[in-house]
Amino acid sequence: MKARLIALSLCSMALAGNTLAGEITVSAAASLTNAFKDIAQGFEAKNPGSKVNFNFAASGALLQQMAKGAPVDVFASADQETMDSAVKQKLVNSADRKDFARNALVVIVPADSKLKLQQLSDLQQAAIKHVALGIPASVPVGRYAKHALEAARLWPAVEAKAINTQNVRQSLDYVARGEVEAGFVYQTDAAIMPDKVKVAFTVPLDESISYPVARTATAANATEAQRFVSYLLSPAAQAILSRYGFHKP
Amino acid sequence: MPDWMNDPAWTALGLSLRVAGFATLLNLLLGVGVGLLLARGRFPGRNLLDTVLTLPMVMPPTVLGYYLLTLLGRRGPLGGWLLDNFGINLIFTWQGAVIAAALVAFPLVYKPARAAFEAVDGQLEQAGRVLGISEIGIFFRITLPLAWRGILAGLLLAFARALGEFGATLMVAGSIPGKTQTLSVAIYEAVQAGQDDSANRLVLVTSVVCILVLLLAGKLAPGRLAER
Repeated sequence: MKARLIALSLCSMALAGNTLAGEITVSAAASLTNAFKDIAQGFEAKNPGSKVNFNFAASGALLQQMAKGAPVDVFASADQETMDSAVKQKLVNSADRKDFARNALVVIVPADSKLKLQQLSDLQQAAIKHVALGIPASVPVGRYAKHALEAARLWPAVEAKAINTQNVRQSLDYVARGEVEAGFVYQTDAAIMPDKVKVAFTVPLDESISYPVARTATAANATEAQRFVSYLLSPAAQAILSRYGFHKP
Repeated sequence: MPDWMNDPAWTALGLSLRVAGFATLLNLLLGVGVGLLLARGRFPGRNLLDTVLTLPMVMPPTVLGYYLLTLLGRRGPLGGWLLDNFGINLIFTWQGAVIAAALVAFPLVYKPARAAFEAVDGQLEQAGRVLGISEIGIFFRITLPLAWRGILAGLLLAFARALGEFGATLMVAGSIPGKTQTLSVAIYEAVQAGQDDSANRLVLVTSVVCILVLLLAGKLAPGRLAER
């Protein structure tokens, strides 16, 4: 009897979780963490009854979660490549995707660092023993860095010093702690820890770093998901993004 | 060398075995020593110490990893001291992974060791004393032989646990292929990157090794209760 009661209340709890009117799950690139939390507040304030749940990680990791069936309503990636892959796997309809922000790749050093770094080739200095770098296979910031290093014919030299990180924020953390002498992050990440890290230089890239977003093909709450995507492009959300250092799409 | 020998899975397995081996060795000294101390010693704060020593078993590995990173990092109290005086930095090294794995597995050695020492019949030790055996002799000729099965079972469990350690290792040692990338970290990365083939191989290797270790543990401590 007691067990049945517990089972019943668990069921009703699960149902309640599913039926909450405007609840959506947004899987977003780790670099969007701070800006998206602010944006969600604005979105929830504007749409009473809405609730945004976040899942922040490296874009590649988020893609794998969705490919394995994670119930996600909106996907925001830090690169076009991962979104292309999501379209190819039919997780997202290509008609639904929209670019909503741009960013820049920078090399950062701990705030108290005495090293003089001005360009990628300076990473070859012996004083630089470790460089934090997102895993190129799943972390866009690592892939951008790899492309830039390959173009400069420096990839093998830097790869030997690379500390692979799971997402851009882990790279930021290792630099902030002084565990690595330098790291590749986005301009916007460097800006959230101005007292611990400083930007050494901006990395020149052939491609632009633009963030696409889309509601997923399997979105349980498609209307609400679409509303969130539209909100991202609204002046209010764009203002928050630019406050965090993102550029207009 | 056949093709499958070049598979990164084997590099990761080799590294995992090395890390788990050293972590177990470290725990053989620390876990058994502390187990004996707490089984025999009577001092204030003994229960509190026991609680603290058991903590790694229940604490999330990421919390332990964070503690270790702040403690052993170059700006941490211990890490800074090691760096300034000996030029040692444990972060991003396999030795760092050993410390992480040893910490997580420590209670698995300490707890059974303490229980095994407590279960040793004090009268036998007393008899040894009457016969004029030195205290060290009593420990190695009477206490340890009576307790070793329990200790060994704990050591094997600790080895298996250290082999699979993930959270703390990733934080402290990072993930450098061939240097600090253990099996579990390699699996995590393969899954995140959607490399399921590689993940499957690594998962298989890990499962087989863990099952072997557990079978061995079962063999070494058969029916300890039935014996009594």
